[in-house]
Amino acid sequence: MSEWWTYSLSDFLMFSSRSYYRLIESYNAAIWPAHLLALVAGVIVIGAIARPHQHLQRSAALMLAATWGWVAWAYHLEHYAEINTAAPYFAAAFAAQALLLCWLAYRPANAANAAPAPQHLALGLSGLAILAYPLLALARDGGQWRQAEVFGIVPDPTVVATLGMLLAWRAPVIFWLVPVLWCLVSGATLMELKIGHAWLLPALALTAVLAAMMVSKKPRDLNSTINPRS
Amino acid sequence: MPPTSPSRRHLLASMIAASGGLALSPLLAAAPPAPLLTRPIPSNGEQLPVIGLGSWITFNVGRDPQGRRESVDVMRQFFAGGGRLVDSSPMYGSAQDVIGEAVQALKPARLFSADKVWVSGGARGVAQVEASRKLWRVPRFDLLQVHNLLSSEEHLPILLAMKREGRLRYVGITTSEGRRHAEIEKIMASQPIDFVQISYNALDRDVEQRILPLARERKIGVIVNRPFRQGDLTQALAGKPLPGWAADIGCTTWAQALLKFIVSHPAVTCAIPATSSVAHVRENLLAGTGRMPDETLRKRIAQDVERLA
Repeated sequence: MSEWWTYSLSDFLMFSSRSYYRLIESYNAAIWPAHLLALVAGVIVIGAIARPHQHLQRSAALMLAATWGWVAWAYHLEHYAEINTAAPYFAAAFAAQALLLCWLAYRPANAANAAPAPQHLALGLSGLAILAYPLLALARDGGQWRQAEVFGIVPDPTVVATLGMLLAWRAPVIFWLVPVLWCLVSGATLMELKIGHAWLLPALALTAVLAAMMVSKKPRDLNSTINPRS
Repeated sequence: MPPTSPSRRHLLASMIAASGGLALSPLLAAAPPAPLLTRPIPSNGEQLPVIGLGSWITFNVGRDPQGRRESVDVMRQFFAGGGRLVDSSPMYGSAQDVIGEAVQALKPARLFSADKVWVSGGARGVAQVEASRKLWRVPRFDLLQVHNLLSSEEHLPILLAMKREGRLRYVGITTSEGRRHAEIEKIMASQPIDFVQISYNALDRDVEQRILPLARERKIGVIVNRPFRQGDLTQALAGKPLPGWAADIGCTTWAQALLKFIVSHPAVTCAIPATSSVAHVRENLLAGTGRMPDETLRKRIAQDVERLA
């Protein structure tokens, strides 16, 4: 398979921004009003970061797992695969992340620790993903609200909200792999599509990763309220 | 009733296009003022229009009904304007199925179907070709090309055997954006292929050095992809006034000038601009009509594009 090195990212971009956002539009129309359920899940995630409590956090992790599973099946496999031959691989990665998040929900002691996390930044990331991300559709040239990218429905805001939660919980590296890789893949795709906010997703991922690295160097505080067992 | 004169037909076409009534009379609206020029396929002399139709990105619209309707309209306009060669690949997502839908709806009498094989392994290639043929809804392909030389050592013997058995008319290889030209040359020099598909435009002219002369020498047809650098070239030239030479060769837009530059090269058989716009198809087809630039003007076009883009 020595031929593969000859391809560049632009060779794998097989669709136009028009087709991409039309796909999101038709997908949104097909699954409405699932968006309302996703919003409820999003509020639980924000609540779990703002008021850390074991049951709430477990619920939030399960909600996130459900959204990753939903996006894997409903978005990647059932819709995105129509225009992107790599979508089944994305679906597999999202399904794997859903399983990891289930594990996180039931093994919180392994995933979280007692050191203080940058809670405001975590809240900011998740809040941005859940409340502000859909508005990007209106900021884009020719964008419409029907093409809004909603948390729990499409990948990008789902991933950003997850980064916020992983940061708040100081989750181990394994939980970060798929979300960060997705930010790179999606950011590169949007860049090839010449979408104005293509930089946003990689920038948010970088912010979250840097914050997590900085926090990981701080001494642990056993009395932190972030500890899900406190 | 007297026959419609070309000028009147052109006027009527403009009126219909201006009124958005393309669906009323696509044949009339599509009619170019002069016949679409053709070039012989070097291996057997069959004439092929110099403007073809690519499908990379533009026809990959998934199940979107509007996108599919627009794609059918583009192909309707293309055939009505005298176009024949439509090019696709299994790599282009839903494009093959979209083309097949248009082929089924339009039943073009003179379609020249050009597809590719893009998979590792010869056996898988055979299965992929059959799957592609079903998507296209054609009894057989006119041309099959090894996409970006992927597993070419396995696919080429199979495709050449298909040609010998009458299950395929032409065999080719493809590359794009200047990749793997050394290997392309090697295959051109050693294999009995009918076509090579390469990227070539007023800025990317590397192929003028070796590949285009070799194609002439070996009697291999040349299909040119990415004539506008995926739209970047026309975008860079947008708003820049056309130089005086444009009128001399009947060009009213940069896109036409860029296409005329390509198809006027003596080694080039056809260019395959891709578009999702009916207006652009018409514009592209016009580039295949009328006067073509000579070698001196071709050099000037390249210089001007280099200066302005």
